[in-house]
Amino acid sequence: MPTEDRISDIWGERTPYARGGRWPTRVDSHLAPGVEETEVENWVQSASTLHSNGDAFDIAVRDGRIVGVRGRPDDRVNHGRLGPKDLFGWQAIQSGDRLTHPLLRRHGELVECSWDEAMEALVRRTRELLDEQGPSAVGFYTTGQLFLEEYYTLALVAHGGIRTNHVDGNTRLCTATAAEALKQSFGCDGQPGSYTDVDHADVIALFGHNVAETQTVLWMRILDRLAGDDPPAILCVDPRPTPVARAATVHLAPRPGTNVALMNALLHEVIARGDVDEQWVRAHTVGYDDLEKTVGRYSPDVVSTICDVPAADIRAAGRLVGEATALLSTVLQGFYQSHQATAAAVQVNNLHLLRGMIGRPGCGILQMNGQPTAENTRECGADGDMAGFRNWSNTDHVADLARVWNIEPAQIPHATPPTHAMQIMRYVEDGSIRLLWVSGTNPAVSMPELARMRSILSQERLFLVVQDIFLTETAQLADIVLPAAAWGEKTGAFTNVDRTVHLSEKAVEPPGQARPDLDIFVDFARRMDLRDKDGGPLVTWSTPEEAFDAWRECSRGRPCDYSGLSYDKLRGGSGVQWPCTEEAPDGTERLYDGGVFWASPEDCESYGRDLETGAPVEEQEYRALNPYGRAIIKAADYRPAHELPDEEHPLQLITGRTVYHFHTRTRTGRAPELQAAAPDVWVEVSIHDAAVHGLREGDLAEVRTRRGEVRARVRVCGIRPGVVFLPFHYGYWDTEAGWRPGEHGRAANELTLTDWDPASKQPIFKTAACSVRKVSDGDGTPSPAPHATAPPVPAGSTTGADR
Amino acid sequence: MKIGTVLRDLHHDEHELARTLLRVAEDHRADHEVYHLCRDLAEWSTRHVREIAAMAPAFGEQLDPAPDGSPTLVDAARRAISKRTGRSPDMELVMVRDLRDVYLRASSVLTDWEMIGQAAQAIVHEELLELATRCQSETKRQATWANAKIKESSTQALVV
Repeated sequence: MPTEDRISDIWGERTPYARGGRWPTRVDSHLAPGVEETEVENWVQSASTLHSNGDAFDIAVRDGRIVGVRGRPDDRVNHGRLGPKDLFGWQAIQSGDRLTHPLLRRHGELVECSWDEAMEALVRRTRELLDEQGPSAVGFYTTGQLFLEEYYTLALVAHGGIRTNHVDGNTRLCTATAAEALKQSFGCDGQPGSYTDVDHADVIALFGHNVAETQTVLWMRILDRLAGDDPPAILCVDPRPTPVARAATVHLAPRPGTNVALMNALLHEVIARGDVDEQWVRAHTVGYDDLEKTVGRYSPDVVSTICDVPAADIRAAGRLVGEATALLSTVLQGFYQSHQATAAAVQVNNLHLLRGMIGRPGCGILQMNGQPTAENTRECGADGDMAGFRNWSNTDHVADLARVWNIEPAQIPHATPPTHAMQIMRYVEDGSIRLLWVSGTNPAVSMPELARMRSILSQERLFLVVQDIFLTETAQLADIVLPAAAWGEKTGAFTNVDRTVHLSEKAVEPPGQARPDLDIFVDFARRMDLRDKDGGPLVTWSTPEEAFDAWRECSRGRPCDYSGLSYDKLRGGSGVQWPCTEEAPDGTERLYDGGVFWASPEDCESYGRDLETGAPVEEQEYRALNPYGRAIIKAADYRPAHELPDEEHPLQLITGRTVYHFHTRTRTGRAPELQAAAPDVWVEVSIHDAAVHGLREGDLAEVRTRRGEVRARVRVCGIRPGVVFLPFHYGYWDTEAGWRPGEHGRAANELTLTDWDPASKQPIFKTAACSVRKVSDGDGTPSPAPHATAPPVPAGSTTGADR
Repeated sequence: MKIGTVLRDLHHDEHELARTLLRVAEDHRADHEVYHLCRDLAEWSTRHVREIAAMAPAFGEQLDPAPDGSPTLVDAARRAISKRTGRSPDMELVMVRDLRDVYLRASSVLTDWEMIGQAAQAIVHEELLELATRCQSETKRQATWANAKIKESSTQALVV
């Protein structure tokens, strides 16, 4: 098919299939203009790093350059299909403005230097701080886009070598609640479900998950089910009129910040209708009575006023999930980045526990990720967890990790939970973290409340190290910039949302002196002379495959068991789901088959946290609650968000993604088709609010919160009244100001507030109170909002906007 | 019967706990977790005060359901200072000490609720027992949070 269409025709042609059938294969590909398939010299195995779906494809190489991609037909994840970012995103790494030399700040300017100079400066400063203050002075802030081998090496270097507790990543902004919700309900991280549950489900419920844009290939699978015989019913919870909402059987658009109330009402209905699998609940869970008592207070009528959703719709949704014979639920940022994130995500788990629908075909939970390799940083412990889903508050687990690393247990910091990203930034702010090493992420645009973030990152007293492929907004503030090799220029493995592990091989050389992130971490460990307890080198590997093998041993016997995997096994074949062991050499499709969990006090990764205060549950308390390791049903009351609309800021701001971009556009903004599809920030307002504030399609508007202002062109659409949406991708690297706003803000995070979920510590991006006003009339051209995903309301049907 | 006397003490202590939480929130506005959590937890104590006042007449006491807790001029001045001092690592130790105050106050309130709970069982007073059980569990969560935050912060505040 002509792939050029895949910007407007995002999901491509339908290949319908019936319930229980096999999803047909459809191979998508794209080659640079003028390149024929016969001219491709080499096809190199890989998978997508621009979202979390894990689409497998081969990279086409000619004359040492990437010239295209082609989906892998045999892969379990995509059966050959690719989304727009897969098809076009690869061009970015061949962009002319890649970082090709290390940079060092001299007299206020970043100037080119050698690797030796850069690494020596980094090592010197690290040693000074370790001598002066100790490990508490050093923090690491990584990403959801490195490879498994790199995370594992970073976790070892930081936790075992530098011995700092301050290690986290931007996965805190995207997947932290998924991990925390799984730990809270099942005692341990690990995705229960599988993408193949789409093939078997009769009801698919998407909670704050605009899968059509965030995981396009998974949505293709759902669309193909919808087009086939015996299609599933769709429940969509989202305040925006997303493609999912348009395809939904029941669409609930709650007021932002009220997800817990809504979920409690659904559970209330399931219980009231008698849809609870009582025998299963008795055999496999603890905590039911408390839940029954709590959700008893949340009838559809009560919740209807909290969420501003018709009670009849809540009942219809309750009927849908209550009558499902095979329910698949997915959850993403509409829950994770909103108020009471973990409490809400846990209620989705509870829904499945009440119905006994877990571990069977079609009965899946997918607590999603946003980033391609977020799963690996959770497993490897570069994100505020301990490697191999070990429990930081279980001394046996710490001792076991120390055995693997050949160091003393006391050398692994575990007196308190690993410091989460928001707290790391707080320590940088108060000056107690004095060296921050940022790898592969851009907090100067992606963190909340950017004015604060810029003031933190630009402090004179902070030694900021940034390791990246482009000179991002954050890199422009750095003292040292380390040029990294990109995906396609290095080899490594990574794991998608449904535990599928893929190998991504090196296809081309990195530009200039750019080096793989793994090499940089290993080099740092050598130069720091980090050693194990016998005086040998702490990091015993230098190649990706050696690192993978070391991780395989670290994971052996743990829930995320890679012991049956190797590069050889992943090479040539396609994705394999962990746990993959001698007993399960082909991997494991679903976790918790038969209702058996990793939740015993001895095994669990976490004893849990108080959902409202975030305080860790003590071991003794957990033992009393859950001595036999059942799933834990945790109830939560709804609490109003901290920042509610008032007279001055009468609307609620939510931020989010578009299908064409990833994060802060460092890559997708450099892929011409993707950039052209969504070239600039826009703001979505409802028909009602457009009328109230005198706004028309294409007008220039100012969105303001207590933190700042952003200017954007208006898209009048079917979003819920009272809610304003801004995409979060647009920063300043391609503007004159470079790393900060010029006259007016463009980044959505100028407006967001510094506040986070108590349990998962994930920042809240979706409940800021805001105002909107018109700055100037548009010239008749529509706003830069993509038509395919956020269509404007048709002219004439808009009594309010069409003045 | 001394239940009224203990309720009076408890009413005073819960109110003081709420005031302390609000003061600590304002003093440490730069630390967003402490700021938000202290305010959230202060609401719990404020609610407890109301519920104690509603229960008190049954035990011969008239207690104010909403005693004056408005911030003074000194409080306002503290708040202004807290924003500026948010940039010093020394503030972390001040914060840990303030959280210690919260923890001790919450622990003392917890003991009072335990006493009330015991007495409620002794006289078989279901409403009082329900109140004591519910509030006691919330007070315990307040104390647990303060304790956990102290543990977490001490690994940084005491070593910089």
